[in-house]
Order: sequence, then C-alpha cells, then structure tokens
Amino acid sequence: MDAMQYEAPGSVDEAVALLAAADGAAWVLAGGTDLLVQLRADLIEPGLVVDIKGISELRAITPENGGFRIGAAVTGAELGEHEGVKAVWPGVVEAMELIGSVQIQGRATLGGNLCNASPAADSVPALIAAEALCSVVGPKGRREVAVAEVATGPGETSLGPGEIVVDILLPERPARAADAYLRFIPRTEMDIAVVGVAVSLVLDERGVCAQARVALGAVAPRALLVPEAAAALIGGTVDDDALERLAAAARAACRPIDDMRGTVAYRTKVAGVLARRAAGIALARARSE
Amino acid sequence: MTKVEIVLTVNGEQYPIKVEPRRTLADALRDDCGLTGTHLGCEHGVCGACTVLVDDQPLRACLGFAVQFEGAPIRTVEGLADGDRLHPLQQAFWDHHGLQCGYCTPGFLMLAVGALEHNPDIDDEALKRVLSSNLCRCTGYQNILKAVRAAATALKR
Repeated sequence: MDAMQYEAPGSVDEAVALLAAADGAAWVLAGGTDLLVQLRADLIEPGLVVDIKGISELRAITPENGGFRIGAAVTGAELGEHEGVKAVWPGVVEAMELIGSVQIQGRATLGGNLCNASPAADSVPALIAAEALCSVVGPKGRREVAVAEVATGPGETSLGPGEIVVDILLPERPARAADAYLRFIPRTEMDIAVVGVAVSLVLDERGVCAQARVALGAVAPRALLVPEAAAALIGGTVDDDALERLAAAARAACRPIDDMRGTVAYRTKVAGVLARRAAGIALARARSE
Repeated sequence: MTKVEIVLTVNGEQYPIKVEPRRTLADALRDDCGLTGTHLGCEHGVCGACTVLVDDQPLRACLGFAVQFEGAPIRTVEGLADGDRLHPLQQAFWDHHGLQCGYCTPGFLMLAVGALEHNPDIDDEALKRVLSSNLCRCTGYQNILKAVRAAATALKR
C-alpha cells in the first residue's frame, strides 16, 4: 500500500486545490469518526487526507437573516452548546447530539455526517425537514444545494471532484414554528438508527398547521422527504386523525432493507410510530413558543 | 513509508516522535511515546477504552491521526496521579470497586475526569449518559457509577 499523505490547509481554497490535484484518491477529514473507521477496515485507501478542522471559517456558527450558517467542521458538542441554534432549531440539534458518545460528539461534524452519506445518518433527516441548504466549494467556484440533494445513495454523494461542503444554512423561522427528531435504536446510546424521523412545522395564530416537512432516515438508500406525510398535517390542528394519516403516509414511503438491526416490516411499523411521536413533540414546542 | 516528525505534548511533557501520517494517536501514545496506560479495545470507536483528553475534551484516541494533534495538550491516565498520591477519581475507583479486570479503567477515568471538569455538578441522568459512552466487559457499571459520583463529591470539597 502506498503511504497516506496528510495535509491540514488553512483555507478553503487551499483545501480545494489539494483535493482537485489528488485525482480522486483524496478524502476530506473533518471529525474523522467515520473516515478512520473506514480506513482501518480497509474500506477506503486514501492517498491523501485533507484535514479541514484547521480552517477557521468552517468552525464558526454565524447568525444570518434570522437563521444560522453552520460551518461544516462544527462539532456536535459545539452545536449542542449553542443556545441560539437550540432555541430556533431544537430538532436539528437533538439529531446531531444523538450521534455517538461523548468522545464522538467532541469530534463528529454536521458536514461529515452529511457527506458520509449513510442512509441512517441522524442529522440528515432533521436538516432535510428544516429545508437546510449547504454551500459547496470546488474548482469551479461556489454553489448552493439543498441538503436533500447531497447524498445519492449509501456512501455516495453528488459532490464533484475537488468539491467540499463548507457550511450548512438553517433558514429563519417564523413564530409558532418548531422541529423535532426521534430515532429508534435497541439501546439508549451508541447505536445506528433503525429508523429516524424528523418533523418540522409552522402553526398559524389559530393553531392550524400552515407548513410542514417530514423526513425519514434509515428506511431507504438515502434520507427521504415525504410530502404526503407533511400533507396530512397541513391545514388542520394536528389532531389524532391527522397523526394517523401522517403515520400511514410515513409507512407507505418506506423502502427499507432487512438487516441485523431490523426487518422491513419492523422498520415500516416503527416509522409510523416515530412520525406520530415526533410530530407531537414538534407541535408541543411550536405551541409553547 | 514516509514518516513525519511531530512533537506531541502529553501530560505537559514534550514527546518528539517520527510517525507515518496514518498512525493513530492511540498507537503513537503507546508505541512511540511509551505511554501504555491508554488501552486499545475495539480500535474502531465503539468501546472507549482508548479515551484520552485533548484540549480537556474526551476523545477516542483510535479515531484520530497522531499528526492531527501536534501542539494540542493531551492528557492520559499517566498524568492523573500526583506521584504516589492517586487522583480523587482513581481513589474513588479503588474505594468503590470500580474496576474488575481493569482493562476499560483508563478510558473510564479519562472520560469521567473530562465530564467532571466540564460540569462539576453533573446530575445522575447526565452522568449515566456520559458513562454509557464506554464499555466494560466485566459489566461493572454500577460500581463505576458509584465511584464517579463519590469522586464528584470529593472533588468539590
């Protein structure tokens, strides 16, 4: 095996130049909590690892037009301690905080969770429900892309050669808006989602659901936005009947696999249950605003 | 293999070492710095045996390259005791039978030191959540929890 080279550039431009010159054999290192596992399991063999943790703009959380721009290398622990983001997007923060242990939280990043492209990534359904955008920088410049468009399948992304995700933009929220994320795992910590569900909703002055987005994780090759599930919530007061239609729509959208964590039938059933519960939490949060 | 020269700062001491870029921090601590108190269990980020503190934050040393940590203050289990005097957390593990085979102990100690320094008033629920980061194959969790609680009280005195 050829020796792996390590670079820690100080700017995005340098990082992009290094990646573009490496001709596909390079990997971006953010927290490393997936990369090192894959490297040691011989699943990947990078000629070059580009550590982006030293790029200060990728480590910042910046308020922007009522929302937040979160650097791709911001860790779960940093996000969890940011009162501003927690108040506006509690579901995104709780999703990120569910990833791994204390030690993982100190390293793992939002950008890494997104670009690792696991179908079971916890933060991704929450970001999709939040209608988050991410900025991608590459040899041809900067572009913005919906978070939902980054992963294309397990371990596969739409990023071109030399492109990296530099930040994630969580949009502004109106009053009476909230989100929530729930996942099911067999134990309470340190496991990978069997199913994850994110619900984001906005209520009007009368308590009627004006907008909603529902996203599912771990039930398809990539996280799914489920407009049919959101439609069950919109236009009503999120009563029991709406929640049952939401659960049915969530179940209908599932295209899971059987694996050691759960069967197709089990995952499908759990998706409905979690959708109901997540919607209940988001609703209670939105009402208490 | 091309090796690079780096200096790791461990428990306040400088360790100039020559490592391949893909060498993990855990391997560098054990094999290059000779600090074998940090144990390696699963080597893929699940068991927590290799937990050390970097910038006072618990980190799995098997999930980082040594080259990433040049210049960062690293703390390992070797740095806890003051000569023959055990750190209050080590003493509490002794007093409350917080270890059986002892393999997971350095990792639990560093995890708990980090947690108690970050939040000396940590409540039981939060403490359980923190401790569930690491595995103990002897399943001695209750005594580990007791020991950390006792140490939290002792450290506040």
